[in-house]
Amino acid sequence: MEMERPVNLENELNLKATELRLGLPGNDDQPEKQYSSRSIRSINKRFSSEMYTESDAQKGDHQDPSPATKAQVVGWPPVRSYRRNVLQPKKAEADGAGMYVKVSMDGAPYLRKIDLKVYQSYSELLNALEDMFKCTIGVYSEREGYNGSDYAPTYEDKDGDWMLVGDVPWEMFMTSCKRLRIMKGSEAKGLGCL
Amino acid sequence: MDSISKKTKDSPNSTDSPESTHPSSFPDEVLEGVLSLLSFNKDRSSVSLVCKDWYNAERWTRTKVFIGNCYSVSPEIVARRFPKIRSIILKGKPRFSDFNLVPENWGADIQSWLVVFARVYPFLEELRLKRMTVSDESLEFLAASFPGFKALSLSSCDGFSTDGLKAIATHCKNLIELDIQDNGMDDFGGGWLSCFPENFASLEVLNFASLNSEVNFDALERLVTRCKSLKVLRVNKGITLEQLQRLLMRAPQLMELGTGSFQQDLTPRQCAELESAFSNCKNLHTVSGLWEANSLNLPILYPACASLVFLNLIDATLQSGELAKLLAHCPNLRRLWVQDTVEDKGLEAVGSCCPLLEELRVFPADPFDPDILHGVTESGFVAVSRGCRRLRYVLYFCRQMTNAAVATIVQNCPDFTHFRLCIINPGQPDHLTNEPMDEAFGAVVKTCTKLQRLSVSGLLTDLTFEYIGKYAKNLETLSVAFAGSSDRGMQCVLGGCSKLRKLEIRDCPFGNAALLSGLEKYESMRSLWMSACNVTMNGCRLLAREMPWLNVEVMKDEESDDSHADKVYVYRSVAGPRRDAPPFVMTL
Repeated sequence: MEMERPVNLENELNLKATELRLGLPGNDDQPEKQYSSRSIRSINKRFSSEMYTESDAQKGDHQDPSPATKAQVVGWPPVRSYRRNVLQPKKAEADGAGMYVKVSMDGAPYLRKIDLKVYQSYSELLNALEDMFKCTIGVYSEREGYNGSDYAPTYEDKDGDWMLVGDVPWEMFMTSCKRLRIMKGSEAKGLGCL
Repeated sequence: MDSISKKTKDSPNSTDSPESTHPSSFPDEVLEGVLSLLSFNKDRSSVSLVCKDWYNAERWTRTKVFIGNCYSVSPEIVARRFPKIRSIILKGKPRFSDFNLVPENWGADIQSWLVVFARVYPFLEELRLKRMTVSDESLEFLAASFPGFKALSLSSCDGFSTDGLKAIATHCKNLIELDIQDNGMDDFGGGWLSCFPENFASLEVLNFASLNSEVNFDALERLVTRCKSLKVLRVNKGITLEQLQRLLMRAPQLMELGTGSFQQDLTPRQCAELESAFSNCKNLHTVSGLWEANSLNLPILYPACASLVFLNLIDATLQSGELAKLLAHCPNLRRLWVQDTVEDKGLEAVGSCCPLLEELRVFPADPFDPDILHGVTESGFVAVSRGCRRLRYVLYFCRQMTNAAVATIVQNCPDFTHFRLCIINPGQPDHLTNEPMDEAFGAVVKTCTKLQRLSVSGLLTDLTFEYIGKYAKNLETLSVAFAGSSDRGMQCVLGGCSKLRKLEIRDCPFGNAALLSGLEKYESMRSLWMSACNVTMNGCRLLAREMPWLNVEVMKDEESDDSHADKVYVYRSVAGPRRDAPPFVMTL
């Protein structure tokens, strides 16, 4: 039976030293090389696979992974790929419209996702948003935007700019909208007055 | 019938040698008559081991066969042993193929089976496939080869399209069931439904919920109208509420309903009509679908809720308040599937409204999106366990858990048979104490003596596996990911879990010592899967050499080094090594 060569951590230190991770100092983490590189791309797991000691527990390192370095692991979490296709917008499409877009509302703890294809017009969309977030968005006017209402709907377009919902024709909006954000009326004032 | 009275004084157990020289206690016809009443295959397997006569009597009377791993046996062997099969359940790829861990074209193709079946079982009626590759040609062949064919169920299969469904609908004149679930199939349109002939009226089960293309509603309505015995109807989200109402009026006898889209703006009259339609369905016990259901439309379900036993809300993105209002009408619920958008508050409602609940599955609404930090926590699970003491099956995706919570949960619900906990961030510890989650699973296996299936997650050391090996004496299926400290973990499981049948492991520090410690165990198991562990090619070769009745298959990743065995699949087989293995599957 072939014995595994003990892995030499020293050679890896240069990379490891600059890698952002939340492992405790002195943690003898398994080096990534031992796992399939396809399995874990940028792993940020707090993974003490060697002896986990009492002293480690007492250090009280709080697990709070920053989203930027969150692991992208193949096949994890174990949710069927069928469902993945249903839930995810098609990010790879060049026109960027994959009709499901995220909707956030200032002050709400939870984002939602809606399928823009379901709506035929701005009024349908706004009604749905009002219903979903239990808020009033009011009526759009070209000159004043949504002035006077508690909330104003904005969206991020293909160029990354934040635009007021309603300025462009519906079809154009549908193809350029990447995500929606319902801003508090006071903050949105700036957009409406341009 | 003198021969019977003469022989009844002999007990069957006295015939102890397989090659018995004195005749069996009963004439064949009697023995076969008795054995044909056995329906559970486990009983039949036991019976077939008694003696040669019983083996033969059993094989001549078996009509249903279940093959958990299509490569454990060959179609020829099955055909030789069982001449009278009418119903077949076949499972193919390892379960982790559902999560993209198995490359395409791996195998498990149904065609070679169908060819043999067509020759040997012309009266085949039922085929249920899971994780098999099924081509349109195979479906056409099926439709053409078995005139009495009645039931087709395809779950997690791939390789076919709606064209294949056209062949089934067109040619299977005696079809009772068409159940299409969660498949990797191509959807070229809803025209397949219109292929059912106008005089075709035998359907009892129709499930096309997972197909996206719209079907012709008129054709569907006519079909539902003619099929007076229709019991299960699951439509896709192309069907509107208005259309649903018409379907329900045609099929008030339905027992299981999968609705279409639940989003339509309804007039009060339409609402009333739908409520009336639902209250007409006196036998309705299962509801699913409910795409885009909102608080405006959910109340139309209320008339049917009192008798609901299974509510599948996996496609309805409900929030806590909406769920609470709905569940207040569902006191008899036994099974509930939800998305984690309902949050802990929604689960509290589950605990207070559904005391008879036996099964709960909570799925993550956005499993792959790192921005989403909410969902359900340990509190929701605890709340359910307080109210639902009869829980025996749970699948729970969450982003935080504690050892204490799990201990409380199993104390409240000691009857768990299936405990599948998925803490979404790999290797995450108890979020309050920062300790590993060992004690949580220790509590599960110590308390839940009937546990058959366990999935572990979170930060786990070998201690978890010591507990499992020591206490989980009824465990049959174990799934492990990103866990363990050393070979010892896996060794404890292999050494202690006497009833283990399926072990699937990914991304754990288990190596050759662990793999080889199960040398003799694997023959009593269906299969072992190990991927991204520390097993080497030499370790696998040794296993293959020592155990000729096992197939040891390795798939290597592109970037891995030569000695590493990236994906290992080990299973017992009487059919020998695969003859259809693609180039990337190495049989050692």
